[in-house]
Amino acid sequence: MTVAAIEPGKRFVRTRHVARKERQQSVAKWIFFSMTVAMIIPLVAIVAYLLWKAAPSLNWQFLVDVPKRGMREGGIWPAFTGTLYLVVISLAVSAPIGVLAAIYLNEYAKDNWLNRLINLAVINLAGVPSIVHALFGLGAFVYAAKLGYSILSASLTLAIMTLPVIIASTREALASVPMSFREACWNVGATRWQTIRSIVLPNSISGILTGVILQVSRAAGETAPIMFTGAVFFKAVEKGKLFSYGLDDQCMALSMHLYTVSTQVPNVKESIPFATAVVLLGTVLLVNVSAIGLRVWLRNRKKW
Amino acid sequence: MSAPSDKTIVVQDLRLAYGTREVIHGISFEVGRNEIFAIIGPAQSGKSSLLRCLNRTIDFVAGATMTGTILFEGENVRKTRDVFALRRKIGMVAPLPVGLPLTIYDNVAFAPRCAGMHDKHELDGLVERCLRQAALWDEVKDRLGSLGTALSGGQQQRLTIARALSHQPDVLCLDEFSIAIDPVTTMRIEDVLKELSREITIVLVTNLVQQARRLARRTMFMWKGEIVELGATEVVFSEAPADRRTYDYVHGIFG
Ligand SMILES: Nc1ncnc2c1ncn2[C@@H]1O[C@H](COP(=O)(O)OP(=O)(O)OP(=O)(O)O)[C@@H](O)[C@H]1O
Ligand SMILES: [Mg+2]
Repeated sequence: MTVAAIEPGKRFVRTRHVARKERQQSVAKWIFFSMTVAMIIPLVAIVAYLLWKAAPSLNWQFLVDVPKRGMREGGIWPAFTGTLYLVVISLAVSAPIGVLAAIYLNEYAKDNWLNRLINLAVINLAGVPSIVHALFGLGAFVYAAKLGYSILSASLTLAIMTLPVIIASTREALASVPMSFREACWNVGATRWQTIRSIVLPNSISGILTGVILQVSRAAGETAPIMFTGAVFFKAVEKGKLFSYGLDDQCMALSMHLYTVSTQVPNVKESIPFATAVVLLGTVLLVNVSAIGLRVWLRNRKKW
Repeated sequence: MSAPSDKTIVVQDLRLAYGTREVIHGISFEVGRNEIFAIIGPAQSGKSSLLRCLNRTIDFVAGATMTGTILFEGENVRKTRDVFALRRKIGMVAPLPVGLPLTIYDNVAFAPRCAGMHDKHELDGLVERCLRQAALWDEVKDRLGSLGTALSGGQQQRLTIARALSHQPDVLCLDEFSIAIDPVTTMRIEDVLKELSREITIVLVTNLVQQARRLARRTMFMWKGEIVELGATEVVFSEAPADRRTYDYVHGIFG
């Protein structure tokens, strides 16, 4: 049947065929929409449940106070600052190393067997369970490097754990910058570094940051690596003081504290573990939100 | 060193292999000073690869090995000490327009800045001159601060040409520059090239045989990594070129 066979007035009339297509279209749309809702509902439910359970203990005092009466009362300040220490130090180590290594691998390294091996190693390391990293940290930092059970050992272990993921995500971000940009730069006599600095990095920085920031929540949430290398159940520090630990001290951490008050200490007020969880979640969310803000700002400056 | 000859580029027995596959099989030719030298040939004949050898961007292709000699102004390209200076001497325009994700001004000022020129006054003058030479100045002079990537395809191609001129090359290589632009703009750029050829040497790779005919003094016909014919454009496009295949290709009956 040719188009000419349709009478002129009926050319754009809805046929049964078209109607069926439209029906399929709307069914597909609703399926995807309902999946999105199905995904969001548990998230909202978890947060709401946490907040509701935590409400009795959630106040400023809970954050800045030290635990009292065997953690049955008081706050979580040592755990909160301990987590800050661990996250900040571990990322201060792993982010620069990871980003620089990724730049080397993606921009400079030749495609030979050694670099392919390194790539394979990085990808596989990213998938190693954290408990294995914990054991490594125990052997390497606590014993071999004689750093003892300390914030430094724990942070370095977390750094080792986050490093391969940062390398992988940074490479991803660098690879998303079109090759033609680099070639255009090389054609006019720019060196590799000039190309990287003026074209590649400005256009991949938002992706790089996203990868790094995502590791904040991982570093903050992991229990095993720090339990083996430097986190303790209880450590007395001064209430409300930010720099309360030394690098060679052991420390408390939110993830570990949550485990302690939930399972190890009898007769804890029910709201305390929940409030601890809310603080942990809130810290991570705060970091993520500011990261999103930064990304939007950087994205708006992206030029293609 | 030998006395300055009237040859800008001398290629001797150039071979290029990607991995183990040789794609240029020992070609030799010369390009004279301030001439427009056209290279024509069907797809895959190694034209783009040849240009990459000239400015040594072939270095960036893993596994590519080049042998033979390329002399640029008497200097061996393969042994040059400052490859970045070499690339500034040999401008290159790629087939597809690439506006760098920078402002129009910065696109043109990029190369001079990489070479260490930072004087604002000097840069302003250079940017204007290059944009004028690329027939783009009138269209963008009021918005030099807007993004190069936001220009139309044809404008971006002229921006690419302006960028290739910004480092004041002695040779300008163009690889199928008209692939992404309309006939009118193509004509304008062809006029620009004729103008430029008074001062610099132009190597023009083109799929449009008529373009070679319009512009070039000499034309080289490449096929499968070899030179089939190299001669004055009138001869190559005449009814009786030296090689039968040239006649077939030029007249569109290549099979
Ligand atoms: N980076 C590369 N790696 C491996 N082989 C390549 C590469 N670039 C080109 N080749 C091969 O080299 C040969 C010549 O390619 P080249 O791009 O030089 O041809 P061309 O004459 O420019 O063709 P076209 O007219 O289509 O642009 C082709 O067979 C191609 O497959
Ligand atoms: Mg080509």
